[in-house]
Parts: sequence; C-alpha cells; structure tokens
Amino acid sequence: MNTQIGSPALNIGIFGLFVVVTLLIVYRVSKASNTASDYYAAGSSFTGPQNGIAISGDYLSAASFLGIAGAIAVNGYDGFLYSIGFLVAWLTALLLVAELLRNVGRFTMGDVLSFRMRQRPIRAAAAVSTLLVSFFYLLAQMAGAGGLISLLLGVKNTPGTPFDGQSLVIAVVGILMVIYVLYGGMRGTTWVQIIKAALLVVGAAVMTVWVLGLYGFNLSGLLGSAVENTGKQLLDAGNQYGKTLTTKIDFLSLAIALVLGTAGLPHILMRFYTVPTAKEARRSVQWAIWIIGIFYLFTLVIGYGAAALLPRGTLSSANVNDAAPLLAFQIGGTLLLGIIAAIAFATILAVVAGLTITAAASFAHDIYANVIKEGSPEPGMEVKVARRTALVVGIVAIVGGILANGQNIAFLVALAFAVAASANLPTLLYSLFWKRFNTTGALFSIYGGLAICILLIIFSPVVSGGPTSIFGESVDFAIFPLQNPGIVSIPLSFLLGVIGTYIGSREPVNEAKFSEMEVRSMTGAGASGAVDH
Amino acid sequence: MSATDDSPGGSSALDATPSAYQEVQRSPEFASLRRRWRGFIFTMSAIFLGWFLVYVLLSDFAHGLVDIRIGGTNFTVGLLLGLLQFVSTFTIATIYVRFANKNLDDDAEALKRRVEEKL
Repeated sequence: MNTQIGSPALNIGIFGLFVVVTLLIVYRVSKASNTASDYYAAGSSFTGPQNGIAISGDYLSAASFLGIAGAIAVNGYDGFLYSIGFLVAWLTALLLVAELLRNVGRFTMGDVLSFRMRQRPIRAAAAVSTLLVSFFYLLAQMAGAGGLISLLLGVKNTPGTPFDGQSLVIAVVGILMVIYVLYGGMRGTTWVQIIKAALLVVGAAVMTVWVLGLYGFNLSGLLGSAVENTGKQLLDAGNQYGKTLTTKIDFLSLAIALVLGTAGLPHILMRFYTVPTAKEARRSVQWAIWIIGIFYLFTLVIGYGAAALLPRGTLSSANVNDAAPLLAFQIGGTLLLGIIAAIAFATILAVVAGLTITAAASFAHDIYANVIKEGSPEPGMEVKVARRTALVVGIVAIVGGILANGQNIAFLVALAFAVAASANLPTLLYSLFWKRFNTTGALFSIYGGLAICILLIIFSPVVSGGPTSIFGESVDFAIFPLQNPGIVSIPLSFLLGVIGTYIGSREPVNEAKFSEMEVRSMTGAGASGAVDH
Repeated sequence: MSATDDSPGGSSALDATPSAYQEVQRSPEFASLRRRWRGFIFTMSAIFLGWFLVYVLLSDFAHGLVDIRIGGTNFTVGLLLGLLQFVSTFTIATIYVRFANKNLDDDAEALKRRVEEKL
C-alpha cells in the first residue's frame, strides 16, 4: 500500500486497550506461579471449554486469519483448501493423541516420549525438536508482524536501515510477550489466548455478517460477484496449485503435513496439560474443533468478500495478508479497521506467548531438570531456568523478527508443520501404540525426521533457483522440486522409526514401564491431576 | 515421572510379582476396554484420513468434477465437498465424544481405582 488508510492513532489506541486489559488480568492471576506445575500447566486447573477456547487462540495465528482470508481472496478455491487441512487435522489430535498424552505426561512432549525409554537421549531429542519447531513458528509470526505494521500503523520500513519504526514495533511486541510469559506463566498466557480467541471470533463474525448482509445473505451472489469483480475464475480449482504436476504434488504434500502436523505441534500438545483429566482434554478438543471450524467458515466469506468488494487490482500476491484489514476498512471504515487491526496484533501476541512458554518449558524441564540435573534439580531452580529461557527466547524472537522483516519466510510455518508431522507425530504414535518401539527407534524418527525436512527445504525452490527463492534465481542448487517436504519426509520418518527399533532391538523391552504407560494412558491411573492452592 | 536414571526404570521383566499396572493390564476387563477404544479410534481415523485424502486428490486432479456448478448457482461441487469436510469433522468429533462418555469412561474409571488401590 502506498497510501495510508485508517487512523494509526486509533489502531494503536484499540490495541493499547487490549494490552492494558490483558496485563491487568495477567497481574491478577499470576500471584503464585512458583511451582513447576503452576508455571508450565497452570496447575492443570482450567476446564475443558476454557482450554478449548485457549487452544483456538493458540492455533488461529495471523497466518490463519490474514493468510487464509488473503489466499481465498487471491486464489479462491485453492485458499479454501488450506482451511480444511487445518481443521480436519484436529481429529488426529482428538482421536489419537490428546487424552493419552494428558494421562501419560505432565508438562512437555518429552515426558511422553521418554516415559519408557532411556531418559536423557530422548528428552534431549524431544527438546531439540520442540525448540526448532517453536523457533520456526515464532520467526514466521514476528516477521508477519512487520508487514502488518506498515499497513496499520503507518510505520514504513526504510530499506537498508535495520533500526527503524517497524523494528521498534516488533521489539514492543516481543517485550510484551516476554512480560506475559515471565509474570503470567501458563495461567496468564492462557487468559491472553482466551481473550484473543473471543475477540478474533467475534471480529470475524461481524465482518462475515456485514459482508453477507451486503449481498442480501445470498452466498451464491457473493461468489458470483467475486468472480465478476476480479475477472479471475476464483470458484475453480487450481488457481494456485493446478499449474503443473509438480505444483499438484506440492499441494498434496502440504495437505498431508497439515493434517498430521497439528497433533505434533509442541505448543498445542502442551495445552492439554492445563486441564485436570483426559476427559477434560477431550472436551477441550471438542470445543476447539467447533470454534476453529466456525472461524474458518467465516474466513471463507471474508476471503470471497474481499475479492468481491475491494477495487480490482488492490490485492496482489505481494499484499495477500492485507485482504482482511482492507476489507474491514472498505465496509466499516476507520473504526472497523482499527478493531480488526488490533485483533490481528493481539493474535500475533497470543501465539508468540504460547510458543515462548513452550520453548521455555521444554528447555527447563527436559534439558535442565532431566538431562543436566538428571531429574533432581534444586527446589525452585527449574522455574527460574524456565523464566530465564523465556527471556532469551524473547530476545532471539525480537532480533530474528527484525532481521527477517520483509523477507519471504512464509515457508517457515509449512516447515514447522512438516517437522511436527515427521519428527514428532510418528514418535508419539509409536511410543503410545507399539510395544517393541525403543530408544534407538525414537532417536531415528526424531532426528531423522528433522534432518530430512530441513535438508529437503534447503535443496528446494524455497531456498534457491526460483523467482521467489531466498537466494533468487541466479543461485540454483534446488535438486528437490517441491516446496513442501511432507510427502517424502513423513513416510520416511515412520520407516526410520521401524529401522531404528530393529537396529536397537538388543535393548530389552521394559515390560513393567510399558504396562504402566498403557494402563495409565487409557485409565489415568497415576496421572497427575489438578493442583489446589 | 519417577524414572530419573539413565536406564529404562522399573523392575525387570522376570519379577515374580507383577506390578499393579501389569495385573490390570493382563485383566480381561482392560483387554476389553483397549479393544473397544482402539477399534473405534483406528476405524474413525482411517475413515476421516481416507475421506480427506480423496477430497484433496479430487481437488488436485479432477478439476472437471470439482468445478461443476450446482443447479444454476455459483456453488461448485468442490465447494460442497469442502463444506462436507466441515460437517464430517464436526460429526466425527461429536460421535467420538458421545461414544467415549458412554462406553469408555466408566470402565476406565473402575480400572483406575483398581490400580490405585494396589499402589
């Protein structure tokens, strides 16, 4: 956008109100976050519905709201396909992961993976995977904030000068996030996510009803108008992925990573520990599925609404993410834009807070307490380490966000899902359901999945050889044709888990631990419950 | 999390007295719970993953089908199938929660008490 729309002062004012309200709530709930259970899991004291709303707040990132609405506005039907992958994925979490994980673990993914294995190597591997996935996701969110800032706050980025107005806003977002996580712990972070989810769903609902109202609640009319206004066949499949066989396979690869990756995202898994029982974890996912599903139905209307109502040529592939805010301004003027802008910032803030506490918990609980201190850290030290880690993650996120600002790093979210589906999900499923699975097998599937994903991305058109590559068209070492590694990396990781298990088969199966894990996972016997204060 | 040493914790497989967990795991009641639970979740997972894959493949490779307009409106077959993915997701989630509440929770709770009495 060359011209400033809306009122930056109003946008900042509404966002400021959100910050003040959430800070007050964080201050009020954070009185006693000094035990590990309280800091990482809010004492497992949330109800299923509360956690379901918070899960939606954690999951519906700026990429979901701005990215999907924009993708539908620009690519029509192909954009809609994303939202289906993101939603259906929750059935994997509901049926195969949520309850079993809640019963077996306490704070991290590493708790479950290491339950019947050799503790130190598995916890280290689980932490490496958790930290990398969270870092990829975090960087994508922070860099996304930069683009939003130029549109909404009128702060321009001057090329070649890293320390400008946009950097300042990224730093402010990072500092706020650190404050939430340091003082609020999981309890404060959860409330931020609950408030943000409510605002996001209400905001999207208002825009949806508004747009539909303009078309007399005739969805078919809206769809027709989107085609007419843009002159593009937005209702037909293949606008984005239908060009060649390679792009079609690329889409299939992305779809598989989305549907299997969600149940392996560490920041989502960690949310299941904030409820007291597996039954509440089940209710959490049930609530999350309804909220997320309804929200994606809204984005369908918002996306086609942007195509139908924005003047032709407003949107291009360069400003896809601006579709929803621009539509808000088009239909509701300065005030609606201000509200939607503030919600978009709140979205980024809540998601990065969730990622930061996950990274901090994994480092402090898996690496510090269990690998370095071999399971017996001094009292109170683990939470201290977690807080320090959150501070470091915050600094890394700010610096990374400033450096990545303006770069084309949307692939990082796809990479995070691919790693989650390749390294984390196979290892989780094997641990829970396959008795002979052992330490070597788990190390093979975690490190193997990670390495394959990262190598395939490095040698893909994302990094070199194409017009949108990081190194541009002139440098070309892209020997892997797909942008999404999932279709190769996920089956290979499942296979590596089997190969590793056979290589390590001299390690005897720990019958007692396996029995304990199986009975505990299905009945909750011996599982940690709610902590009273 | 009691196993804090570097080796797989707990007793060896040759222990004369099985633990409370092993006793329950070997009981017919637990076997029945596990069979019903896994039968349900694996069947449902196969259904939803298969149906999702069919939908993605149709959208990817069968443009002739998914681009068909329905009855003079601007709705396409693809859009309809996509909305049916939403419906099936809501439905499977609801069916599973009802099934688990009705057929799994009480048995799981009884087995849990059996373990915890012996611990």
